[in-house]
Order: sequence, then structure tokens, then C-alpha cells
Amino acid sequence: MSTAVTSPALTAKDFATDQEVRWCPGCGDYSILAQVQKVMPTLGIPKENIVIVSGIGCSSRFPYYMNTFGMHSIHGRATAIASGLKAARPELSVWIVSGDGDSMSIGGNHTIHLLRRNFDVNMLVFNNQIYGLTKGQYSPTSEEHKITKSTPYGSIDHPFNPMALALGADATFIARSMDRDPKHLQQTLTRAAQHKGASFVEIYQNCNIFNDGAFEIFTEKATKAEEALFLENGKPLVFGASQNKGIKLDGLKPVVVTLGEGVSADDLWIHDESDFYKAQILTRLFDNPYKGGDHFPRPFGVFYQTERPCYEEVLGLQIEEVISSKGKGNLDKLLRGKEVWEIV
Amino acid sequence: MSRQEQLLQDVVIKFAGDSGDGMQLTGQQFTNNTALLGIDLATFPDFPAEIRAPQGTLAGVSGFQIHFSSNKVFTPGDLCDVLVAMNAAALKANLKSLKAGGKIIANIDGFDTKNLRLANYPDGVNPLEDGSLDSYEVIKIDVTKLTREALKDFAELGVKERDRAKNMFVLGFIYWMYNRNLDNTIDFLKEKFGKKDVILQSNIKVLQAGYNYGDTTETFTTRYKVEKAKLPAGVYRSIMGNQALSYGLIAASEKSGLPIFLGTYPITPASDILHELSKHKAFGIKTFQAEDEIAGIASAIGASYGGSLGITTTSGPGVALKTEAMGLAVMLEIPLLVINIQRGGPSTGLPTKTEQSDLLQAYYGRNGECPMPVIASSTPSDCFDVAYEAVRIAVQHMTPVMLLSDGYIANGAEPWRFPSSADLQPIKVEFKKELAEGEEKYQPYKRDEKLVRPWAVPGTAGLEHRIGGLEKQDITGNVSYDADNHQHMVKTRQAKVDMIADYIPLQKIDSGAEKGKVLVLGWGSTYGAIKSAVLELQAEGHSVSHAHIRYLRPFPKNLGDIIKNFEKVLIPEINNGQLIKIIRDEFLVDAKGYNKIMGIPITKGELVEAIKKML
Repeated sequence: MSTAVTSPALTAKDFATDQEVRWCPGCGDYSILAQVQKVMPTLGIPKENIVIVSGIGCSSRFPYYMNTFGMHSIHGRATAIASGLKAARPELSVWIVSGDGDSMSIGGNHTIHLLRRNFDVNMLVFNNQIYGLTKGQYSPTSEEHKITKSTPYGSIDHPFNPMALALGADATFIARSMDRDPKHLQQTLTRAAQHKGASFVEIYQNCNIFNDGAFEIFTEKATKAEEALFLENGKPLVFGASQNKGIKLDGLKPVVVTLGEGVSADDLWIHDESDFYKAQILTRLFDNPYKGGDHFPRPFGVFYQTERPCYEEVLGLQIEEVISSKGKGNLDKLLRGKEVWEIV
Repeated sequence: MSRQEQLLQDVVIKFAGDSGDGMQLTGQQFTNNTALLGIDLATFPDFPAEIRAPQGTLAGVSGFQIHFSSNKVFTPGDLCDVLVAMNAAALKANLKSLKAGGKIIANIDGFDTKNLRLANYPDGVNPLEDGSLDSYEVIKIDVTKLTREALKDFAELGVKERDRAKNMFVLGFIYWMYNRNLDNTIDFLKEKFGKKDVILQSNIKVLQAGYNYGDTTETFTTRYKVEKAKLPAGVYRSIMGNQALSYGLIAASEKSGLPIFLGTYPITPASDILHELSKHKAFGIKTFQAEDEIAGIASAIGASYGGSLGITTTSGPGVALKTEAMGLAVMLEIPLLVINIQRGGPSTGLPTKTEQSDLLQAYYGRNGECPMPVIASSTPSDCFDVAYEAVRIAVQHMTPVMLLSDGYIANGAEPWRFPSSADLQPIKVEFKKELAEGEEKYQPYKRDEKLVRPWAVPGTAGLEHRIGGLEKQDITGNVSYDADNHQHMVKTRQAKVDMIADYIPLQKIDSGAEKGKVLVLGWGSTYGAIKSAVLELQAEGHSVSHAHIRYLRPFPKNLGDIIKNFEKVLIPEINNGQLIKIIRDEFLVDAKGYNKIMGIPITKGELVEAIKKML
């Protein structure tokens, strides 16, 4: 989303509060908080115009640590609260902070409706694939067969693919990033903030207490290059420790190829953020790498971005149109109505 | 031919037909026509939950009752003088509410073999022919045939389209019977069908045909007239409950300067408020049809947080879904209106039937110690004042407010001496704009003498702060798990709501002496029935008074004193006894209940009997 206003230069420090940060030591949320605090001052938005709305869960403590306006609301409803706020006050920069449980489980309904309406807000989903605040049950993004407190014999739930879900709900901006790559996260947050419309950002976040290492394969040096695919608009899909692997499209089917063996970078799939159809395929590169065998790397970055009118804008325009054609409402006229009679 | 004109004081007509027969429209047109003559009235529409229940069946009967009089009217009437029955099912379903000797206007075509069977009459039995209606005056009209006849020149209309105008024939005939003119209905038809000339002309033609049928058919020798009622001087209009409620909200928005944001999800019988408000965008109103009831209230909370007048409208099942969010609004201490147009419960219950179903839900239906002011409307036009008051309390006391109306009031109509904008007391609202002198940091839960915290909205530089559903530390609003602080905050939130009693009017006796034998204590839509019953008994010399509570939480400060001035207290309610529990709890009085839970209003007659037993 975008809100162009000039303000005196702020720093990350201006966005910190006097409240003690109470996430577990080593939690991925610390990094996300740090990156948001670094990005905020670069947006040129006065901090009184920024509102962070959260639901319930570990991630949802976020507003208490941001020196902006903020509301720590109820489970799953931050999206709905933010919708009302943005509709009422379109000039505000509204951020939603949510987790995989908050946004995909109890609040799944509001998430998809927020995206289809395309409110100009930023939605950050801290996905740790576990319920942390309730001490370790599986979440709607947990992998199948996961052993947790509530699934001692393994989870039988098929997990959500958040990117596919968001695109399915006609989101106008979807991106994935991770807590362990501060630079990438900052870039992604900046892009989300710049996008006019609902920005959906999934952030892989490590819960070192209940699901430690869930994303290690994508975030740690030893495996990152092979397992993570970093998307750049206009650039071919290349990955691998020596950047020698790529993805090419065989018709509608993506295939992993090795560069040099009769394949050049020109043959690869060139990332185009505005291509709706390719974005569908990209969201489906969702193999579980821990299963081993041939599999696709997991994409990170901006998958898709498009322009569509924002709900709050059209809402305002409709009111303006009615007023310009009918004139401003007159209370006495309204109360009197069309048919009256007098008693003397 | 000579015609008699008979003057009547009081008439009750019930229009009944299949749910597709247009009885609601017919009733509303007759209502407007009656109102424009300055006759007092009250109406009661009664329709099935299904839009088109199976045709011809008892379940599909839709009714509209209107009581009009040259005296003051308080109820739509217990029994009717005239029953318009468009088919056999309509007759069967409503005969019990027709007075002995009353008139039945029956559409013969609706009593054919098929209709009789659908209405569950035994084979070969037709009530119009078997003498079973001899104690009534039966006027048989072949409405279908006469309507088709009137439209024989409208070649472009099919049979179905012609038959759709049947209700206009009946309306025309009733207009003739009660000496009315057709102007307001013709104007209405012009507005409704202005662009479809054939439909417009055909409807007008049938309306006139119905009128002329009465005029030229010699069987009808008497026409009736009801004179103007002696209402207080002023300019009046007809108004329905949900409409009045919507107008009250708009007026409160204009007089407070707060733009309306309605976050809601359609539900019977509350949807008409959404329909009404969404028409009035010229007042800057934002209506948001959310994905569900929860998003309805949550979006309204978001808008309130942003400085709008956040409203959500619903009925009992929707309130159930909104309870967690109401708790959030209580914790946040921000203004919010939760409007419950009650209907029969529990669960989906009786969506189109009336019940005072949710007073206890409004009082107690949230987790934790979660006090919310409750206010109730008692008549259609009263919805205006109650909505206005609810907004005043919400924004001046920084609290969510529950407004209770019900299906009976929502869809009922009555004359309304509407106020002018200048008559309305402005609603003063102050946002906190900056830190006060000597204030270093904004303290979101620092209270004023009313225990009300400041309303600082996003966009106000220097007042950035965080609020949420976790328990707050007093004054700072920081998260606090401290034991003493929690006790203090629970007590403070309660005290804040209790203190509203200092800012609402004292309870008045509606009719009767301040002291006496029986006090009939009511709330909500039982107003008209209680009022008429009590007035009747007072006229007979009985010591009985009526008080009707608008402010249900907190109660007016003198309510206990009023109650203690009577030997006995009777609390009639359209539920299994809800206000009575609160009154007994609060004032330790041995109040008695009169409870009817049939999805229909309490009648004056049964209430008179119930009160007499206590005298």
C-alpha cells in the first residue's frame, strides 16, 4: 500500500516502544520486528498515520512493540477490524500482523474476503507452522504426519498453501520471505508497502520452542542455495549453490534443468510479476523438501502483483457521486418524507 | 341508488393471502392512505419465513393487520372487524382472530377444489357454501375473474401478469368501502412502475375497477368512515420501526458530526436497516455488507477506532456470533452500537416472528465481567428517539451500547410527529487532539469524572498508543496481569456503566397514580398492549399504573422507588420471563410475570384478564 506524505526523517528507534518485548529468546519474531522497524522510517509516512492491527497468537503481540497506533484485537478478526478502519479512514497506512493460525484457521474467512475486496492494507502472516501461544498444537500450515501435543500419532490434516490460497482469493500482491534473511525481508516489506491494494506477505518464522528448524532447509547456509529460489522480476528462475540450476516451462509444466547441458539462461522461465497464469504455477512449487527425492526449490520474493481498484476508494467515490448528483443529505427533508398531514 | 354512510370509531382489518399475493403491499398502501387522513393507526405485518412458501398452503399465508381509529391507537388490535381472505388457507389461518359478526371479504377463485385441498379442508367442504360462516357477514367476490375482465384490453399482458394485479382490485374495493380516494396509491404506482407503462396502467385500471365494483354493485349499501384522530397538533407522517431507527442513526450522525459506518450481515428482521442506510449515501454514510456477523461488528469496531460512528445491526443468532467482539469493545472502551432486532429463538428459531428473546443475552451474554448499557424501543416511532439516545450514550460514555427492538416494532407502522433538525439536542463529541499541559505521555485509560477515557484516533500526532483485549493497567493502558489491577479495572468498568444512570432521565409513570395496588411494568414492544389494558382498567376505577422501561441497563435511579410504591408488580413479556429475573434480583420484589411465547404480540384482552387477577 502507499500513503505519500512528507515527514521529518525518522529512524528505527522512533518506532520502538518502552514495552519489554516478551517473545521467547531466539524467536524469529525478533528479526521481523527489527526489519519492520527499519523499513517504516523509509516509507515517508508520519508514524501517527500508521496503524498496526493484530489478532491473537505470539505474532499478534507485535503492536505493543511498535510506537504507532495499534490494536491487539481478538483471534482471527484483525483483518475484519482493519477493513472497517481502512474503509472509514482511507488515508491511514494500515498493517495487519497475523500468524498461520490467526489468518488461515480461525480467521480464514476474513483473510480471503479482505484480499478479494482489495483494501489498500499490508497483511503480514508470520508462518511458523505451529500453535506457539497455546504451547504446541499443529496449525493449518503444519505438514502431514506432524507429531504435536494434539497429534501424538501424527497430523492427518492436509496443510494450506498460503500463497495459493491468497492468489485464489484474487489477492493483488503476494510475496514470501523469511525471518533469517533480513535484507530480503526488508526488500519484501518495502515492496508490500509500495503496492496499492492488499499486500499479502507470508514470512517463514522459526518457533525455536515448539517447531525449531521447520524452515532450516530454506534458511541455513548449507542448504539455502539448493532449496530456496529467489524471484526477481524480469530475471530467469535460477538457483543452486553454483547458480547452475534453473526452472523452465515445458508447456504448462515446470521442470528443473541444469544450465550448460544444452540449456542456457535464455531457455528458462523468466519471472514476470504481472503474469497471473505463471503466478498460479509458481504458488504450486510447494514440495516438501524433507521428503527427499526430486523436488522443486521453494520460491521467495514477489510472486505476483497487479492493480485493481481498492474497496475504500470505490466506497468513497460512490458517496461523492451520490452527493454530486443528489446534493448533500438534508435531515429535515429526510425526516419529513414524501407524504405528511397536519393536525391543527 | 341510496347509500348509507356509517361513522365508525375503531376498525381492524386483516389482509390475508398467499405470500405471493401482495398482501404486505396492499396493507402498506391502505396504511399510508389512512395516515394521510390524520386517522391514528398501528399495524402488524405477519409473514412466513419463506419468500414463496408452497402456494395455497397454511404455511404460505401472509397477513397484514391494521387498526385505525379516531381515538388514540396503541396496538394493531386483538381481533379484526374485517378479514380479507384471498384464498381458503388465508381464511382458515385467520378466522379465529375475526370478531363474531365480522366481515369476511373472500376471493371466490381462491376457494376452488385445489385451494380447499391445500388448506386441508375435507373433501367436498367449502366454508363459503356449507353455512359454517353464517355468524359472519360474508362478501364473496370473484377477484380473479373481475381482474382479468378489467384487463381484457391489455393484450400484451399474459394471464400471470394480469392475475398479479388482484391485490389492487381488493385495495380499490376497500378504499370504496372506507370512503377513500385513490390518489396516494396512484402516485405510488407511478413511482414504482413509471418506466413500465403497461404495468402502471394495468394496475391503475384494476385499482379503479375494484373501487367501481363497490360503487356500482347494489349489494353494498353501506360505506364507512373513520374520522381524524384527536392527536396533538403538528405535522405527521407514517413511519415503520426499522425506518425510524435508521433515521435516528442518521440524525445522531448529523448532530454529532460523526460519519456512520455500518458493518453488518443480512439477517431477518434487521436487514431493512442496512437497506435504508445504504440508500442515504448523500449523508456520507458508509455501509459494509461483511462476509459474516463477526466481520460486521469487527469492521464497525475498526471504524469506531478510526473516529466514525461504528454500528452493527443483527438479530439474536447474530448477536451470539458477535459476543466476543463486544467484549473487545468493552475492553477497548470505544463507542459502538449493537442493534438487535429480536425474533423468536433459540437457534434459528422463528425468524419472522416476534419475541422479546434477548434481554438476558444483552445483559449477560459475554465472557467475563462485561457490562454494556442496554436500551429498548417500545413503538415504531420510538425507535427514532431510542437510536438517538443509544448513540449519545455510546459516544459520550465511550462504550458499546446494545439497542433492543423486535420484529413487531421493526415492521409495524404508526403516525409520527417527526421532529425538526433544530429540535434535536446536539450530541457533543470530543476527540483528544494533543497532550495536555504537563502531560508527558498520552495515558489512554486516564478517566474523567464520568469515568470515561479519552477518544484519541489514529492520525493524531503525539498520541500514538496501543490498546487491545488483554487486561489493561489502569491509566497507562499497558498490558497488566496484576491481581489488584484486574479487580480495580473490573469494578471501574462496571462503575462507569452504572454511572450512566446520572445522565439519563428518571423513570416516569406512563399512566395511573404514583402509588397504588398494581404496577404493570414493561419494556419494549409490549407498550401498546399494556397501555391499552391499563387505560381500560383505570377507566373502570381500578388502582393500576403502567411504567415502561426504556433504559434497561443501567436502570433509571428512581425505578426501585417507583416499584416499592405498589403492592404488586406484574411484568408482561413475550418471553419466558427475563426482565422479571433482573427486577427481582435488583430490587428483591416478588414481581409476577405474564408470559406469552407464541411468536405473536400480547393482546390487550388477555392482559386485562391477567391484571384483573391481581386486583
